[in-house]
Amino acid sequence: MKTHDMDATRQDRRAVLAGFGAAALGLLAWQGAILKPGPAQAKAPGRVPGRIPNPTVITHEGKALRFHDDLVRDKVVAISMTYAQCTASCPATMGNLLRVQKLLGERMGRDVFIYSITLFPEVDSPQVLKAYAEKFDVGPGWLFLTGAPDDIESLRRGLGFRDPDPVVDANRTQHANMIRIGNGARDRWTMAPGLVRPEQILSTINHIDHSVVHTAYAPSAPETPRQGRGGIPT
Amino acid sequence: MSAQETEHASGQAPASTGRRTFLKGSAAIAAAPAVLTSRKSGAQTAGFPASPPVQPWAEELPAQITPIQPVASLDPAPTVSANLAAGECGRGDHQRFAELASNPVHYVLRARENPAWVFNPAYPPQPVWGWSGTPATSTDSGPTKGKGGGGKGGPKKNPPPVASDVTAPGPTFFARYGQPVVVRIINELPQNHVGFGSPEISTHLHNAHTPSESDGFPGDYFSASKAGPTLTMPGAWRDHFWPNVYAGLDEFGGIGDPREALGTCWYHDHTMDFTAPNVLKGLVGFYLLFDDLDSGDERDPNPAALRLPSHPYDYPLVFGDKRFDADGMLFYDQFDPDGVLGDQVCVNGKIQPVLRVARRKYRLRLLNGGPSRFYALSLVDPNFVLRPFTYIANDGNLLPAPVANMTTIDFGPAERADIVVDFSAYPIGTELYFVNRRIQTETRRYDGLTGTGTRVLKIVVDRNPPEADLSRVPATLRAMRPVSAEEIAAAPVRRWDFDRSNGQWTVNGKLFDLFRASASVRRGSAEVWEFVNNDDGWVHPVHMHFEESRLLSKRVQGVDLPVPLHERGRKDVYHLPRGPNTVLRVFVRFRDFTGKYVMHCHNLIHEDHAMMVRFDITS
Ligand SMILES: [Cu+2]
Repeated sequence: MKTHDMDATRQDRRAVLAGFGAAALGLLAWQGAILKPGPAQAKAPGRVPGRIPNPTVITHEGKALRFHDDLVRDKVVAISMTYAQCTASCPATMGNLLRVQKLLGERMGRDVFIYSITLFPEVDSPQVLKAYAEKFDVGPGWLFLTGAPDDIESLRRGLGFRDPDPVVDANRTQHANMIRIGNGARDRWTMAPGLVRPEQILSTINHIDHSVVHTAYAPSAPETPRQGRGGIPT
Repeated sequence: MSAQETEHASGQAPASTGRRTFLKGSAAIAAAPAVLTSRKSGAQTAGFPASPPVQPWAEELPAQITPIQPVASLDPAPTVSANLAAGECGRGDHQRFAELASNPVHYVLRARENPAWVFNPAYPPQPVWGWSGTPATSTDSGPTKGKGGGGKGGPKKNPPPVASDVTAPGPTFFARYGQPVVVRIINELPQNHVGFGSPEISTHLHNAHTPSESDGFPGDYFSASKAGPTLTMPGAWRDHFWPNVYAGLDEFGGIGDPREALGTCWYHDHTMDFTAPNVLKGLVGFYLLFDDLDSGDERDPNPAALRLPSHPYDYPLVFGDKRFDADGMLFYDQFDPDGVLGDQVCVNGKIQPVLRVARRKYRLRLLNGGPSRFYALSLVDPNFVLRPFTYIANDGNLLPAPVANMTTIDFGPAERADIVVDFSAYPIGTELYFVNRRIQTETRRYDGLTGTGTRVLKIVVDRNPPEADLSRVPATLRAMRPVSAEEIAAAPVRRWDFDRSNGQWTVNGKLFDLFRASASVRRGSAEVWEFVNNDDGWVHPVHMHFEESRLLSKRVQGVDLPVPLHERGRKDVYHLPRGPNTVLRVFVRFRDFTGKYVMHCHNLIHEDHAMMVRFDITS
């Protein structure tokens, strides 16, 4: 999958981000960074039906990562889309995911990862997302992701946060109600509505996590110690 | 923040930077992210690439079906409570088992992968998930040896795959009212499977009068290493108790009210969140129910017997829409919120097969096995002239009287239609086709009819029957229990609005809650349920588990339409047409068993996206 060009792009982005420094990475600098054309961005990757897109994304910590290769390939993930200034449905979905995070306990960041991808990469710089993440008190294994608008758009479409009605689809605020749940190693994907009870979201995550036997949330059940599947690359 | 504000905000950026590339890019964003988005999504709805061409009429369906054979006994013997020690998953206790399960007929049904199924000779042999009715292979005596519970059990050895052993659809059951069935369903799907489909199963017998714990509740999925959220333990197998009683046990005693008989049932996977891919992969099969009236014997000396065309002239046909990739492999996009509309129609797992028939009457039992396509099926001659048939059962239930001279079966996912075709009207050598005339380009709705349609099944009248055809279609079939105006007036009314809210498929604005019933109904009570569609953008085939019901009225886009003759029987799937102001009212009783059941859209992609309601029957 990876090409030298793409690696070069990542290096390039890292350099750009490092150059500004996380604290100084304001909106203008952010836009400059994401809009700087590189080989990977010359053309937004087209959607291959049924395949997870692999664009470069930038975490709220300022790391540039490949979406599929670094964040999905061997992991169990729950993915939402949101944006920092959302006041409608995002807080409800986020609140629910926070409850799921709590139910996951120590599996979070070890076996299960949550990614919240911005719907408005133009304004949601890593810095903005970092503040957003802090507001929600998210733990390890939960990343907020942004990137070049075309890349984020390809992710949005590729992950199925979309509507066949073009008018609804064009309104990006309409895509914050679903949680895409998948197992990268098994290439098995499903979804949970953002607003069902967190125990049900958890049971869907447990269903797709092949190392979990009991899918129902059982607070008293002893945690089976086991090997994690690796953390976020640094 | 609105999209407009966002555009505005990004539009502020360019002036303060001197980089030309930046200016260019920012200007593009400022101009039209929304337009850009909508253009892309417009391209998206164009859909997936077409399946590669197939070789039509290259493969024959068997001339007659071979029903699954029972086994003498099950080892260990079935128990009321789950036999966890022997590796059964942690299901609920069988209801009314001592009362209704005396001397049951036993079957073993294995869910397995067939590694080399051929949909059509133009496509490569490929894995499907199907069923085997073979009780045990030489290398495997089943899950019954030793302890296997706790998630580490199950068959000790995975038997080598035997292609011919596993079919999709699976083997057909011939069951009979008054003869209870215990079927041991063993999950031998590959647990390390990669790709679409999830190797757990929860098998629903659509739409028998089955106690809750054997109904295939979506949360009851199991495998040796997985316990669904409504099970207590994993297990490689489980017993389903299908009592084969008519609804009305409590009221009428014995085995219930024969007016409530079902005939053409089907079993299929109902695993939560994964029903569409699992059914697409093949986990379906027929379950035919007979009784003294519909006895499955056209030479039955019993004067009460209908003597409809019977086996081997009683033939089930399941239609399934599937799409294949450029290599001819079954395709499913796990990320498309609208699922995948198949552009090939499989008939009993084969694309454009041939069925050879004798010059006599046949009972054909047609099932729309989904996942998403609606059909308007007609029987035509080579010049596309419509040929008539007699419609005898809707959703598997015999009508009070046959409807003669029908020419189209218009059905949505999970609906069934039994018809009788008299092939004695055609000389030997006649070629007929079932064509689908329904136009559909999206999973969520269909359009009108084409003139000629697409040929999906070829029928060749190729021989005279070895014996005279003594079958018949009597002028009356099965009587229905009258429903009085008083009963209807006294029944509480529940309204179920099938809608889309916040980009999701909802019922009454809500999404499936596995753990909480949206309706609790008393055992023995009756209600009127209203299925409502207020949008013209989509249709929903609505399915209620457990009980057949009666369509009282049909309002489509504000116009009250007469209920067509063939929908005046008992049904369990109601195809809810486009709105607005589309309302179907049905009368339904809740009888004999308690527990949790579901009512849901049977467009499987909607079902998997939580367009489902749990209802509980309480004592
Ligand atoms: Cu639907």
